[in-house]
Amino acid sequence: MKTRKLLTKGALNIFALVVFVCSVFPVYWMVNTSFLPGSAVKSDTVHLWPDEFTLRNFTAAWNDGFVPALKVSVSVTLITLVVALLFAFLAALALSRFQFRSRKSLIVLILVIQMIPAEAMIISTFRVLDGWHMLNTVIGLAAIYIAMVLPFTIWTLRGFVNGVPADLEEAAMIDGCTRSGAFWRVTFPLLAPGLVATGVFAFIQAWNEFVFALVIMTRPESQTLPIWLRAFVQATKATDWSVVMAGSTLMAIPVVIFFLIVQGRMTSSMVSGAVKG
Amino acid sequence: MLASRGKTAPSPVEARRPKRSYAPLALLAPAFIMLAVFIGWPVIQLAIMSFQKYGREQIFGKPAEFIGLQNYVTVLTDPEFWTVLWRSVLFAAVCVILTMILGMVIAVLMTRLGAVMRTVVSVGLLLAWSMPALTATIVWGWIFDTSYGLVNHLLTRITGDSWMGHSWLVDPLSFFTVAGIIIVWGAIPFVALSLYAALTQVPTEVLEAASLDGASGLRRFWNVTMPFIRSILVVLLILQIIWDLRVFAQIYALQTIGGVRETTNTIGVYIYNESMASGKLGTGGAISIILVAIMLAISAYYIRLTLKQEDQ
Repeated sequence: MKTRKLLTKGALNIFALVVFVCSVFPVYWMVNTSFLPGSAVKSDTVHLWPDEFTLRNFTAAWNDGFVPALKVSVSVTLITLVVALLFAFLAALALSRFQFRSRKSLIVLILVIQMIPAEAMIISTFRVLDGWHMLNTVIGLAAIYIAMVLPFTIWTLRGFVNGVPADLEEAAMIDGCTRSGAFWRVTFPLLAPGLVATGVFAFIQAWNEFVFALVIMTRPESQTLPIWLRAFVQATKATDWSVVMAGSTLMAIPVVIFFLIVQGRMTSSMVSGAVKG
Repeated sequence: MLASRGKTAPSPVEARRPKRSYAPLALLAPAFIMLAVFIGWPVIQLAIMSFQKYGREQIFGKPAEFIGLQNYVTVLTDPEFWTVLWRSVLFAAVCVILTMILGMVIAVLMTRLGAVMRTVVSVGLLLAWSMPALTATIVWGWIFDTSYGLVNHLLTRITGDSWMGHSWLVDPLSFFTVAGIIIVWGAIPFVALSLYAALTQVPTEVLEAASLDGASGLRRFWNVTMPFIRSILVVLLILQIIWDLRVFAQIYALQTIGGVRETTNTIGVYIYNESMASGKLGTGGAISIILVAIMLAISAYYIRLTLKQEDQ
């Protein structure tokens, strides 16, 4: 009986290791390749770790259009993040703290908008932005991204605001706080983690978004990082995988870092709000 | 423009003072104006365009004339549209089934692991989950690379035959196998971690009681655990169907690395290639509207479920 239990435990642990290796391997392989010189990547031997370590791929990717794309990506992402958080926060307050007649239909509207696929919207979004001379502009792309992430951010923030009982504020007011004082000193600090989690979500969405960026940012100088990376793959096609992997690593790093910050909250809020790139 | 809209809304606290007021309206205005202008208006334009003759001439200024349902007839009688649609549905079905099964297996595995190994598995899943879809696709494209890819290296070593130079992306079935691996790999972490979280909510007393009553492990899982996690399973299933049916970045990027567009288009990529590349915006609009309708039909149940939880 005891040996059987040990055997099951061993088998489970081995299975767990297999899951871990399968999950992590592509990430490892990306980083590994990015540190290997092109000659090692294109040789007949497999280099399982960067035994011919070099940083040249990173400088090559950095100097081959990464910086301008980074600037566009950072601007678009920051605008999206700040504006979406602000607007979603206001809307979440309204939906959570007020009872009004059309409240329920607004909630339905948010859920429906969220289910409209971006792929179906590319043509008309392109035409509408073209008509407003907003193609190839940071503001144009950011405006689309803000609208794209708003349903989810409103939904998640509303959940967080719901989680802070209005009684808390009232208690603070009885103790002599003004209403604004009660809000900023009691409710807002409790909402801070929610704002961070939602903000990171908006950040990741805007940073990774591909379809709209492909359609809207057509000029080379207005490309975001994903579009740059794809063009880079196309240009160096199968000749320079080590530099491509360096570019991929550079693009993925911020996402991985931010993602790990909020990982705990991600699962629960994704299930209840549900959006992915 | 964006900043001025922000200013029109009063600060949340002031707005809450009067009992019967326009406060909620003012709070909602910025967000809903953004949604109306940048999603609502394009949706209306899309619907209109799908009833118009809209091609290259119209892009360059020729007024578009209404042609009724002509675009829809063109699309629905085009065999290629049906090929693409069925290809998307089939591909999504395989991806969703694999993702759900593997996600469930990993979630159950996590409940039976010790604390250390469970952390190891979660860290691995989180790392995979955090990878942007595009970078993940490119990395897998490199792993399956024709000339120097790891898979060809390993197959050569294992089988003894030379696999170097074997292309994984030219043959459609092989292309979709690679695409499926990428998508399932990227989707499993979310499913597994969500299901694991749900499994930890199943009360142990109920499971113990069932076990005392003589229920076997599988039976306990089916009759006790399943009802507890059914609603989250349904939500995950619907989300996976939606995400896999509209998949874009992975397919498009794989086509860049080496696929043949005509035989590997899925519905999202098809819209892009049909309209943005070929300039057939009218028919592209009709396909888009059809896609929106399919998506909303699938998500109707999810929306109803969310609203029901809302009422509780």
